[in-house]
Amino acid sequence: MFLTVLYAFIFYAAFIILVAGLAFKIRQYWTTPAPLKIPTTPAPTTTTGVVFRMGRELVFFESLFRSSKWTWIFGWMFHIGLFLVLARHLRYFIEPVWWWVELIQPFGKYGAFAMLAGLAGLWARRLLVDRVRYISAPSDHLMLALLIGIGATGALMTYVTHTDIIALKAFLLSLMYFDWLNMQPLPGDPILVLHLTLVAALMIIFPFSKLLHAPGVFFSPSRNQVDNPRERRHLAPWAAKLESGGQQ
Amino acid sequence: MADFEIPEPKEIPVIPRVQPGVMSHSAPFVAKPNFQEPLGFPGELVDNWEDVAVKKLGELTGKYRSLQVYLDSCVKCGACTDKCHYYLGTSDPKNMPVARQDLLRQVYRRYYTLAGQYFPKLVGAVDMSKEVLDDWYSYYHQCSQCRRCSVFCPYGIDTAEISMAAREIMDAVGQGQKYCNEIIGKVYKIGNNLGLPEPALVDTLEGLEEEVEEDTGVKVRYPVDEKGAEVLLVTPSADFFAEPHVDGLIGYGKVFHQAGISWTLSSHASEAANFGMFIGSYENMQRVSMRVREAALELGVKRIVFGECGHAWRVAYSFLNTLAGPFDFLDPKYPVPQHICEVTHDLIKRGALKLDPSANDDMVLTYHDSCNVARASRMGDSPGGQFFIPREIIKAVCNNFVDMPPDTIHDATYCCGGGGGLLTDDLMELRVKGALPRMEALKQVVDNDGVTHMAAICAICKSQFTKVIPYYGFGMDMIVSVHQLVSNAIVLANNEQ
Repeated sequence: MFLTVLYAFIFYAAFIILVAGLAFKIRQYWTTPAPLKIPTTPAPTTTTGVVFRMGRELVFFESLFRSSKWTWIFGWMFHIGLFLVLARHLRYFIEPVWWWVELIQPFGKYGAFAMLAGLAGLWARRLLVDRVRYISAPSDHLMLALLIGIGATGALMTYVTHTDIIALKAFLLSLMYFDWLNMQPLPGDPILVLHLTLVAALMIIFPFSKLLHAPGVFFSPSRNQVDNPRERRHLAPWAAKLESGGQQ
Repeated sequence: MADFEIPEPKEIPVIPRVQPGVMSHSAPFVAKPNFQEPLGFPGELVDNWEDVAVKKLGELTGKYRSLQVYLDSCVKCGACTDKCHYYLGTSDPKNMPVARQDLLRQVYRRYYTLAGQYFPKLVGAVDMSKEVLDDWYSYYHQCSQCRRCSVFCPYGIDTAEISMAAREIMDAVGQGQKYCNEIIGKVYKIGNNLGLPEPALVDTLEGLEEEVEEDTGVKVRYPVDEKGAEVLLVTPSADFFAEPHVDGLIGYGKVFHQAGISWTLSSHASEAANFGMFIGSYENMQRVSMRVREAALELGVKRIVFGECGHAWRVAYSFLNTLAGPFDFLDPKYPVPQHICEVTHDLIKRGALKLDPSANDDMVLTYHDSCNVARASRMGDSPGGQFFIPREIIKAVCNNFVDMPPDTIHDATYCCGGGGGLLTDDLMELRVKGALPRMEALKQVVDNDGVTHMAAICAICKSQFTKVIPYYGFGMDMIVSVHQLVSNAIVLANNEQ
């Protein structure tokens, strides 16, 4: 019971930190003006074009593909794997399970391998390529360790030592529906507890770390601006104030 | 020839191994108080400069979304590490774009992120110190703000934005760069970067008219301050006498003459360059830009056209409307501003220029895409016009044209090595080494395709190349202006206006 209550608290706290932290950063990015037109050209001349440019970046990592095939293949494998794994995990939070979540279960299972292989590749690059080693701080290595830890404990439970997944789901649902009086116990398997601890750590770290690249990519002016400075005058509020302030 | 080792151009370029600190001695002269103060900066390092710097950084992250997002988003993936010409030419790891950004990011993290406040060692955060400031001064003056790294970054992180911010912070604490700040002061005082006063300008242009008449027998005009002209031409002051720039200016005049377009230069805005961008100062960039608006209003022109200048075209194309607009008093039929290449290209397409490309048969040309034109602006109506418009002009006026390898042109072009406010003799070692990737690409087409000349449309590129190309065994007359080629090929008719 102690474990159940402790992890209930941890996950509520982690969730609040994740959501509030991200909301704060997104608000900050949203409200900070971009006073000048700085798209990296050639850039789309219409908003639709920008949507496609951003779409290609998000789905295919277009720029990274141009710059480094190794980083691209490992990075893309990791992210796609992570995406499939996360989508697969929806079934632990939803009752009844949506049909498409059922459908992707096998892909999500193998996604774990793509994720781990990608992370291993990225870490190898970080250790072996002298340029990348030079720019790595301890936190860059720890982040990889954390993600590998999450992936490895997860894969372990899928393929080697299963946990009581029905009980876990009951616990998660009672968390989600604030069903505190009828709180379902969290299974005490060490692997599961480790997995959940690492996940909570990741959620807490997210808004304070380089994981901010996830919201950041949407706000990058060099990618999300329309190339139309001659057609439309672009003026930030603080720059407009400068102008009315009698700047010659 | 030089007191440093000149890099050896390789057949197949290699990514060098990191050699920490090999360029830490490189730093430009610091601006004296008389160059700082006219720009609104403290004359020398202020007493509490650590606090001022940290506070300025916070102010800038609140004013520039780019800076805020870029400081947060880097994941240290390393994609940019082999993309900077200064890294490739020097092997100094702090010239890798991410490491250059980290010089500022480490301070941002220390003062503006929880992780950096509580676990500085873990995330690589450091206190603002003299050591950090020295690193900033050295390595933010080893960035030409060419944006090549931003093309290859998965989040579009643009080191130019970071280095502009860093330079603005250094100006704010009183440690500005002499070269840029002295030049901006000259623009305010005299009207152009070279400090060429109005009478000298008039004199130079008269000389040019005589020279062209002697050469061609046709009286082509190079007017200054002519009210009621249709076009105001704003061009870098190097065009008035530096080689090969001036041959380009001669070309612009011939194009206007042949097309029957009346035009004028302005002594008030006798400079296209805007070094306010290099030092990241919105206020100074705006003040320099306003001269163009004032000149256009005063002379009553209908169009504004910019001459061959890379960063000036970035400011003109991307920022002028913002900084000095709206330009609703000009002829709405034309974009504001236009690039001289857009004007010439349009005239060529319409058959308005009589051209004899055989006049350039003594040359095999290649074309250097200038960084600011390639990655920070556009020409024409469609994306990529900045690549094909100059090339179509060259192909229309020359019979022999070859492009350099595809990973060194268009938006992957390498900077000349002298852009971003680094075109100064106190940074000669950096300039020579930074030119390496471009020199390697050039050597390939010289060796394989018999290229004899390289055309450019940027005053800085032209000056930089003519200066550093001899270090690599080429002749300085190998560099030509695009409009110099037009000038050679154009068949003039007497066209008295």
